[in-house]
Amino acid sequence: MSGQGALFEYLLRLGDNTLILGHRVSEWCGHAPVLEEDIALANTALDLIGQTQMWLGLAGEVEADGRTADDLAMLRDVWDFRNVLLVEQPNGNFGQTMMRQMLFDAFHFELLSDLAGAGDDRIAAVAAKALKEVTYHFDRSSETVIGLGDGTEESHARMQAALDLLWPYVGEMFTPDDIDAAMFEAGVAPDLRLLRARFDSRVDRVLKDATLARPDSSYAQTGGKTGFRHSEHLGHLLTQMQWLQRAYPGAVW
Amino acid sequence: MTPDLPTVWRWLEDVPDPEIPVISVVDLGIVRDVAWDGDTLDVAVTPTYSGCPATSVIAMDIETALYDRGVRNVRIRTRIAPPWTTDWLSAKGRAKLREYGIAPPSPAGGPEACPQCGSANVTRVSQFGSTPCKAHWRCDDCLEPFDYFKCI
Repeated sequence: MSGQGALFEYLLRLGDNTLILGHRVSEWCGHAPVLEEDIALANTALDLIGQTQMWLGLAGEVEADGRTADDLAMLRDVWDFRNVLLVEQPNGNFGQTMMRQMLFDAFHFELLSDLAGAGDDRIAAVAAKALKEVTYHFDRSSETVIGLGDGTEESHARMQAALDLLWPYVGEMFTPDDIDAAMFEAGVAPDLRLLRARFDSRVDRVLKDATLARPDSSYAQTGGKTGFRHSEHLGHLLTQMQWLQRAYPGAVW
Repeated sequence: MTPDLPTVWRWLEDVPDPEIPVISVVDLGIVRDVAWDGDTLDVAVTPTYSGCPATSVIAMDIETALYDRGVRNVRIRTRIAPPWTTDWLSAKGRAKLREYGIAPPSPAGGPEACPQCGSANVTRVSQFGSTPCKAHWRCDDCLEPFDYFKCI
């Protein structure tokens, strides 16, 4: 794949991760257990959608085929999405949502920290902007995971179940492929193995305080970021997210 | 006649932030640059938070304010680097926030004092508040809830 082609794919991964997670988190709007959490979730979703506009906007520029961030978000189907499987997993209960958030935030924080010093100025600018927001996301998701993990017997059990359920989706974020290698060669993306070590120590600190046991398995579900095989959940999510453009193609307001 | 740049900056000082109307877009530090490019006024604006819905309203308000003063050609540019920081809030802006009941950002990670009664005995209710830029706090002395402008 050519340099620009790989860069486009890489930007889709960054933008699709924030888009799909942003949409998932926004599904809580009006349904969260308490008002403060509802507002916090909506704000997190808003940050992620804002970051999506920047990433997919940049992807459209790099592709140079006239597609905007909106076109990329609303006019592609499942097989063209490049987000990791973790972010498309259903919300489940509130604890499961926060566990998914903490695992993604820990990865996102470390990734953006590296991208903020990347060889590509445009990517570095977006990453530096997003990193400030993601620092808050991780603070909140890790505190919530700790509070619920080290909480009641019931909340502890639910958080452990959430961790066990989501753990197989962690490995994909750190499984390098040709695109990651090309971006690493180009001085844009970090070495995912080094990123994994930082992720592990970050997450281990949280899990220890949360009195949760990290699953003893390195099995990883893959296929999201390459687009090879998404889980069945993504298609359902898109029917909601893209409903308007599917019903009224080209609608604007 | 083409207004000079200090005049333009003074005009922008009168454009309120749509969410927190007591401070101007200049106090907030989101107007990064103003320059003439021929007969077009180039205004560089930076978003506070990347998803902040006020961003497009702010751009429109700036254009309208300048148009009302006779500037016919305005180009608003979004500039994200370096990213906006609460360090760019002016001293005047910080004082106005406090008067309005919003605790200004503090590098300590929380408000210095309750903006209503001045007590330092405050507790965080939620890290996120009514807008992306604010967190929700409570004073344990006067018992009033208040917004805290997050430090980023």
